[in-house]
Amino acid sequence: MKQAAIPDTLGGESFEEEAREGWLSWVSSVDHKKLGIMYLLGSFFFFLVGGILALLMRVQLAAPNNHFLSPQVYNQFFTMHGTTMVFLVLVPMLVGFATYMVPLMIGARDMAFPRLNALSFWVQIFGGLMLYFSFATSGVNGGAPAVGWFSYAPLSETAYSYGPGVNYWILGLLGIGVGTITAGINLIATIICLRAPGMSIRRVPLFVWMTMITAFLIVVVMPILNAGLVMLLIDRLLNAHFFRADSGGSAVLWQHVFWAFGHPEVYIMILPAFGIISEVIPVFSGKPIYGYDFVAASTLAIAFLSLAVWAHHMFAVGLGHAFDLFFAISSFAIAVPTGVKIFNWTATLYQGRIRFTTSMLFALGFLLMFTIGGLSGVAFAAVPIDWQMTDSYFVVAHIHYVLFGGTMFALFAGVYYWFPKISGRMLNERWGKVHFWLTLIGFNLTFMIQHVLGMLGMPRRVFTYPALPGWAEMNMASTIGAFVLAFSVLIFMVNIAISLRSGAVAGDNPWDAWTLEWATTSPPPPENFTHGVPPIRGRRPLWDLAHPDRTDEMMMKLVK
Amino acid sequence: MLVGKALIGLAMSGTYSANAFALAPASPQAAAISQLFVGTLIYLGAIFALVTFLVLYAIIRYRDRPGAPEARQNFGSRKLEIIWTVVPILSLIVLAGFTVRTMIVSDPPTANADPDLRIVAHQWWWEIYYMKTGVVTANEIHIPAGKRLLVEFRSADVIHDFWAPALGRKIDIVPGHPNRLWIEADQVGTYLGMCAEFCGNEHAWMRFLVIAEPPGQFAAWMKEQLAAPPSPTTADEQLGAKIYHESICTNCHVASVGPDLTHLASRRTLAAGALDNTPENLAAWLRDPDQFKPGSNMPNFELSDDKVRALVAYLETQK
Repeated sequence: MKQAAIPDTLGGESFEEEAREGWLSWVSSVDHKKLGIMYLLGSFFFFLVGGILALLMRVQLAAPNNHFLSPQVYNQFFTMHGTTMVFLVLVPMLVGFATYMVPLMIGARDMAFPRLNALSFWVQIFGGLMLYFSFATSGVNGGAPAVGWFSYAPLSETAYSYGPGVNYWILGLLGIGVGTITAGINLIATIICLRAPGMSIRRVPLFVWMTMITAFLIVVVMPILNAGLVMLLIDRLLNAHFFRADSGGSAVLWQHVFWAFGHPEVYIMILPAFGIISEVIPVFSGKPIYGYDFVAASTLAIAFLSLAVWAHHMFAVGLGHAFDLFFAISSFAIAVPTGVKIFNWTATLYQGRIRFTTSMLFALGFLLMFTIGGLSGVAFAAVPIDWQMTDSYFVVAHIHYVLFGGTMFALFAGVYYWFPKISGRMLNERWGKVHFWLTLIGFNLTFMIQHVLGMLGMPRRVFTYPALPGWAEMNMASTIGAFVLAFSVLIFMVNIAISLRSGAVAGDNPWDAWTLEWATTSPPPPENFTHGVPPIRGRRPLWDLAHPDRTDEMMMKLVK
Repeated sequence: MLVGKALIGLAMSGTYSANAFALAPASPQAAAISQLFVGTLIYLGAIFALVTFLVLYAIIRYRDRPGAPEARQNFGSRKLEIIWTVVPILSLIVLAGFTVRTMIVSDPPTANADPDLRIVAHQWWWEIYYMKTGVVTANEIHIPAGKRLLVEFRSADVIHDFWAPALGRKIDIVPGHPNRLWIEADQVGTYLGMCAEFCGNEHAWMRFLVIAEPPGQFAAWMKEQLAAPPSPTTADEQLGAKIYHESICTNCHVASVGPDLTHLASRRTLAAGALDNTPENLAAWLRDPDQFKPGSNMPNFELSDDKVRALVAYLETQK
């Protein structure tokens, strides 16, 4: 077999790992695979922390007028839960998969800028530690920030939050922001410059496509957040008044700045998840993705539109009907390319030969759970429905269907799919299936009922509630669901621990997948593709290799 | 335990049987939204049912099993792509049309009228001014049933949000950005409302009631609010009045830092919904506000039992 040589990192530097042993070999590493694993482990650690915060909140809400947590503590917990899950779990977990997989999938030696890659990771981690250090601040006003993950001014100004919590929140997010932006730049450069010969931009795996679009979104919108954070910090520490209405500033300005970042951020958290799904569903259906061009192009459409929908978070602010309507229409519009994806994934299943691996189960779970979240999002775009339901438990349910039912399900699909590649061993499928079903049941038990609570008038972010008819029972059900969910995570962890030691050996390509990461050993050697990559003449190089009589190229010609 | 009992009592008393259900509208505005909401849920539910059916059918029909045919290597269909792009666009245009119509009905223009009410949102209570009579009250909005009233909203501190789900849309109360909204109830009843934008410590206990009464009863209530409350007569009442007016209470309670208590005894709840307004609850609140609303701005003055009894006796006369 003739193998093509692959492009090196930009600048042609060689980053061969020095022969270090133990933890030093990790801390000093600039290898995209080690950094990818560290991203995944770091974000999983924060996932456990954020999850424990959520469990404590659910205990507090299990009964009306409960006194398990004080409002001060509860308010810190939901702020930290949201901030953690968005900035320290979902984004870095997706970046972690991208860091590990993108160079392998496009046939590159490493990321374009290996040292920058390490910087991104460590700055992000230190940002997270800075954020959590706020819990250690003492005194009456000490503790973590208690202003919600979008930290609305003027509540986040010193007049109403005089403790240092919000300062730590700002500095932590600035660190995380810098880490994420540099990771975005690195991914863009890698995907544009380091594709192996033959890997044209229309042949890259969809995960790579969606990672690239996400990286562009990161580079465009994270700086908006950083600017806003610095303005808030100047308000707080230097007594300026960007967001203080009492001295000429504007509280609405913060909302514009935050959501101009914040809504694209939602797509930053979901587009790479779409990418994972676009890898997993075809492989386990035994078919190429249905409508590659449309799935890729709809991603571009979503990314552009996502820059023009932010004020649908602000319909209740009272900015006028014309203003609301503009953002309603852009929000309706963004549902169309999202629907195109759902239909293409579904169509991929047809006439396939579907293998129900745990990874595929999570992908199918994603397909239905994310559809629920996406559809309730359409309801929110209808302005009067938003006027009723925003800031209620209906919105809590919506975001969790998108970010848990969507992104987390896709991440689990990705873990079960790529774990054999990363570790060299298979995850136990039986325990994987137990994990899946418990997750599906626990998730729906926790969040489905919250739609109803929202319609009954339960506002979000309340540390307790009066004993209204039915509220105690519904909240208790939600709390039980949260514990089922937590238990499923325990099973997942045990499965990982046991499979790492004694799982079946994976081999290079246990799933009969077609993209380049499966053309190397499991785990891949420290240096990628030292002997070059297989020839790339289509989107599925390993399919072409296995079926020289009916390569994708030949079959596509036949179709035309 | 005490708190638990107090709250159960409060729920039983009927205060919280008040309606806060977005799909049980009690005004034309809320009815329009409810109609759009139900219609949209049916539309979205149908889409979800379709996707679920397509997925379930596919995974059952095309599951891998012995003898299953090999997967067909097809790459897509331009025709289908166009169909599932255009059909959603058309249906969303219809939904956008209903959205615009509902916006106009559920939030009529407010520019050319003088407000009937001004509601000032504070951390963590509501101050209500009746602009035409000058009556000031707190956490309880009396309105005549069947009459539309224009409300102007202001914030005394951070962002709050006014939400009475049975009566219609919610609206943010943003410092430096006064908002206006028509409120109305077409049936006599009590409607539950609350702050819906996180506003700090006691956001959870920033509730209010909208009490829609027949016009005659509303007028009587207004007359009662306009009248001076009776003078204290018993020794306890007189002592209570002395404490209230001559020590620290009025520093806040007549300065809009805390709610005006002139007609406290006519209200149904204490501390913006944290407690039912009974003499026992009022006494418990005065002894230790943090037990019921931790972090609220009402200090614990460590009042002696005698003083608490006197204050309760006095405040209970303030109808």
